[in-house]
Amino acid sequence: MTIPVELVNGPARKNKKAFEFSEQHAPEDFHDRLFELEEAGELIVQRVPGPYIEVPVKYGRSKKVPIGQTWHHKSCGQCGHIPGYSTSIFWVNRKLGIEYHDPTDQTSCTAWNYYASATSNAAAQACVAMRNFAAAYESDHFPIIHCGTSFGHYKEVRHEILAHDKLRAEVREVLKSMNKPLVMPEEMVHYSEWFYAMRDRIAELQVRDFSKISCTVHPACHYYKLVEGDAIYDPEVYGGQRTAVVSGVATALGAEVRDYSTWFDCCGFGFRHILVQRDFSRSFATQRKIKRMKEEADPDVTLTHDTGCVTTLDKSQFAAKAQDPDFATIPVLSEAQFAALAMGAHPYKVCQLHWHAADYKPLLEKMGIDHEKAWAEFEEACAKLERGEQQYLTWDDVDAEPGVVVPR
Amino acid sequence: MDAAAVAPSAAMKLAPSYPDVPLAEKERLFAEIKADERFGDYLYGCYECGICVAACPSARYYDFSPRRIAQAAAREDVELIFEQIQEDIWDCSQCFSCLRCPRGNNPGGIITIMREVAVNNGLDSAREALKGYTRIIYKIMSTGTQVSPDMLQADAFPDWGPSVAATSANLELWRRALPPDTHHTTRTGWEISTKTLVELYLIWHKTGALDLISELDEGLHSLLEEVMEDLLEEEGYEL
Repeated sequence: MTIPVELVNGPARKNKKAFEFSEQHAPEDFHDRLFELEEAGELIVQRVPGPYIEVPVKYGRSKKVPIGQTWHHKSCGQCGHIPGYSTSIFWVNRKLGIEYHDPTDQTSCTAWNYYASATSNAAAQACVAMRNFAAAYESDHFPIIHCGTSFGHYKEVRHEILAHDKLRAEVREVLKSMNKPLVMPEEMVHYSEWFYAMRDRIAELQVRDFSKISCTVHPACHYYKLVEGDAIYDPEVYGGQRTAVVSGVATALGAEVRDYSTWFDCCGFGFRHILVQRDFSRSFATQRKIKRMKEEADPDVTLTHDTGCVTTLDKSQFAAKAQDPDFATIPVLSEAQFAALAMGAHPYKVCQLHWHAADYKPLLEKMGIDHEKAWAEFEEACAKLERGEQQYLTWDDVDAEPGVVVPR
Repeated sequence: MDAAAVAPSAAMKLAPSYPDVPLAEKERLFAEIKADERFGDYLYGCYECGICVAACPSARYYDFSPRRIAQAAAREDVELIFEQIQEDIWDCSQCFSCLRCPRGNNPGGIITIMREVAVNNGLDSAREALKGYTRIIYKIMSTGTQVSPDMLQADAFPDWGPSVAATSANLELWRRALPPDTHHTTRTGWEISTKTLVELYLIWHKTGALDLISELDEGLHSLLEEVMEDLLEEEGYEL
């Protein structure tokens, strides 16, 4: 479904028109240098495995997004504090019958710490990235990156590896000491790009009606501001003026995407601020984002596609509400959880919404989900674990559950 | 204060909270910033248009300006750069909204380099900014994941509401109630193989990232070194 550019062409923004690609203003395509280095035997380029879907990115170019055979580069913040996020990504893959690999041979990108504290250096950061890429290559799966910051940081690393001979040589030596080749993926792929590419197939399996659900979208800074050429910009979504991920998925699921004036603003995460200076994060997230969304768009939910954004926008609302009882909260989900719910996922066993802070129950009610019944089911599943009847909740437990079929 | 006794500079403040150093030391620090291979990619001059400031979240809440960062670097104003490295750089949100710059400057990237130099040289600003942060450095460098479930403690996140206490109270059970096999951990974000951790430790050693910590916190450095050396020796690596 098209999101017309007029949606973002409000009274204060009369100059908006559909983006027109200009070769003159496009930066070099990194692939040229990448393949040149491969030709010179300096590195291996891991090709996107087929079948893949080509999606439009900035400057009129396109990018290949693999459907399966993917190596899921997990996010420490998602797995650690909002585990329904990564669980939903996997669940949607499983529901679509797609083969993937959830590796233990993976470290965090360590970029959250790097942007927060600078207690690292360019060589270490590049080695961490290239070690993970080599691990993906060795497993014959293609990396798909869950975190917006990992995605942005790895694009920066790619630039540095391609541009700086000395750094490339240093990283190659470190990897050699662990018997690993220097491998660069042909494309850097963020999970939200996979959801964008697969949005029509996801919608085909939709079992809950979202036509009454309205949402706002918060795009993750490190997804599209850092090395912007890799981000998806679709002429059919906002006239190519804004990145199309998340918004494209929400509309494919029949939800209404509403605009607000601080769309471009960050969430307030700040990397070090969210950990040791949260007065800033809380203020920015609530005053510049949540409050504006509520006043201007009054959505049922706000959707985003990154670890830090879900965390900051969700967790910051409690203090604002405590200080001002009239502060109106908005539930915050990743579009992966939103899509999973549309496909019939259990709100607690799969989407793990009990790890979220802002009140999501009115949203579930509007989606036609009996959250009290769902919570009782989750508690019973936990009771089984406590009674020792099984050690873990498994994929078999949640794969077997039927969704609620609602005709579209 | 005798105004005439102070060299005129945009960097002059009424009461700096850090000790001054000789000009040569400021020049040395700037030379270190400029020597970073990325510096040339991050700075192309400045129109003074202020687009970066308009986009900057930190500029809304702090006395902070990405435009001043780009300008000081472009003018090689070592006095102002020294002030910024001691006072301003830790306000930056590292969101890179300033990349909206029509000249292609990357003030956030310049700040990343300045922060590295501040840490490398054990500057007061780095020590102050990273107070209370050392447990996070320990977590990421020793386990390979920065954010772990067991960090969700109510006393650490009182402003996040009762959901944190509920998670903390049910942590082990709720982690078992996650379908992905890799997610049952409490001390790390996901299960990481020993081989992977060994390779990570080798990276920290071989790239000098571990040595960096000694400038910042000798106690933390010793602790990390011990943890890493124990595992590396166990796995048959000699450093």
